[in-house]
Amino acid sequence: MASAALVLLALVVTGSLYAFAVPAKAAPAAADDVSAGKQLFLANCSTCHGLNAEGRRNAPSLVGVGAAAVDFQVGSGRMPLQASGPQAPATGKKFSDEDIRRLAAYVASLGPGPAIPAADAVDPTKGDAARGADLFRTNCAMCHNFAANGGALTHGKYAPNLNGTSPTQIYEAMLTGPQSMPVFSDTNLDPKSKQDIIAWVRTIKQAPNPGGLNLGGIGPVSEGLVGWIVGLVALVGCAVWLGAKAS
Amino acid sequence: MSTVDHDPGEVTPFASGDALPERFDNPGLPEHRHRLADIDATAAKRAERQVATLFGLSAVGTILTLVAYFSVKFEGHLSDNAYLSRVQLSNVLLGVGLFLALFGIGAGAVHWAKTLMPDEERIELRHDMRSSDEDRADAVAILREGSAEAGLGRRPLIRNSLIGALLLAPTPALVFLRDAGPMPGDALSVTPWKKGDKLVRDIEGGQPIKASDLQIGSVVHVMPDGLQAPGEKLEDRAKAAVLLMRLDPADLDETSSAGAYDGIVAYSKICTHMGCPVGLYEQQTHHLLCPCHQSTFDVTKNCEVIFGPAKRPLPQLAITVDDEGYLIAKDGFKQAIGPSFWER
Repeated sequence: MASAALVLLALVVTGSLYAFAVPAKAAPAAADDVSAGKQLFLANCSTCHGLNAEGRRNAPSLVGVGAAAVDFQVGSGRMPLQASGPQAPATGKKFSDEDIRRLAAYVASLGPGPAIPAADAVDPTKGDAARGADLFRTNCAMCHNFAANGGALTHGKYAPNLNGTSPTQIYEAMLTGPQSMPVFSDTNLDPKSKQDIIAWVRTIKQAPNPGGLNLGGIGPVSEGLVGWIVGLVALVGCAVWLGAKAS
Repeated sequence: MSTVDHDPGEVTPFASGDALPERFDNPGLPEHRHRLADIDATAAKRAERQVATLFGLSAVGTILTLVAYFSVKFEGHLSDNAYLSRVQLSNVLLGVGLFLALFGIGAGAVHWAKTLMPDEERIELRHDMRSSDEDRADAVAILREGSAEAGLGRRPLIRNSLIGALLLAPTPALVFLRDAGPMPGDALSVTPWKKGDKLVRDIEGGQPIKASDLQIGSVVHVMPDGLQAPGEKLEDRAKAAVLLMRLDPADLDETSSAGAYDGIVAYSKICTHMGCPVGLYEQQTHHLLCPCHQSTFDVTKNCEVIFGPAKRPLPQLAITVDDEGYLIAKDGFKQAIGPSFWER
């Protein structure tokens, strides 16, 4: 069962061109997370990141990125990369939590890096949402939008919306700076500030919208489009009706 | 068309002798077509009911509006979410009710006019535009008489003094316009940044920033120290916004590294195109994007414009550290920040 899943994953990841290079041996019975993680790494990641995670062209070295980066990238399904493109989309988790933990343990063993935050540190109920809103507007809103609905960057890249992003993933993203995102290390935004930001994102995502339809919450563009298309078509319809002769 | 030409090589749409008529006859009104409601009593009754239904709908909308206004309350002790839910319900009900109330009256009136009110065409001819010769002669005589009685030609003193007064009257406007507001002076070219100013965080009273606290890939939104008091010096704060980024020093070219400290660079956050805040930094490509019009600046090349409508690079703030390791400005901005203006 496990080996079948592994083979399937390996095929998805590396594609048919590289399929012959993937031995896909069954992971040994978790005697040691690091060595099990290494097996997973060799089977699923090494094609791009290199046999020793040293990195290749277009695939960064993973020495020193830490367990948090692995948990974020693999846990959100950004890795394994679905296809080459401007940005790795979050495609949903492809590995079991157990396997992600092993992979993270292996990558963390390569060099010191940020660890996966404790559940207590990311609990939104323990953060101060009002302070988080301040921090969010200053540090995050320019890319992720004031309502955390995401926005466009250059050349097809984008800041994703934070609807489906778990508190742990938000924390890890700030800590590790995945892809285009800047790094907000603990000396820049301390753990308390990160928790406050998570609390704010949770608050804004759960708040009902007092104005009716929020139209995606992406600002004047969608509102204008709906106003011009729906509103104007309705007005033109009324005008046509006014001018038409009754039967 | 009097003759028909049978020669296939010579096709003329109009026979040569066929001239257009001198003037077209008035074709008159098209035949009046009666509406269903005019000829069928049941249709008329139906239209009547439709109009009444629309007016009734309006009345229902009005009542709904009043009921919603008085019954959906959001005072008292409510949690934030419950409060917002009530506001949403109130807004939706008021909006739908008012829409029905107004649209019902309008639609009913239009439907009434279109289906039941008389629609027989009537013709009313326009009268002549030209006045009668007598009226025209009278008007000319009045004008002549008035001009002679005013005697402008006979009293040049009055005429000349009037012309002088009229010419002089607008001159206060020049003075008023000149003094309409303070001249900008050097406000457009100068920001509060000066040599030795500490770079502090934009929020929470502004803590100073240690260079050693910034990891590569970090971004901080900064202000000069001393502009933190709330509500004060807003114009200064608007000009002074700076974005601080730490890159691998090897990525910076010579012009950028001149004002950098160990890979940390500071650039004005005000776009040189229209003055929007340029805050979208991509830490892998080192592109800095303005969200308003997509002007893109390359941080590794001293923020030169690589895309979009901006015409000049973002001005760099040269920085260094003080004795305690805090980031300070080496100097103020060397050039005006923000959009270009005429004297720049």
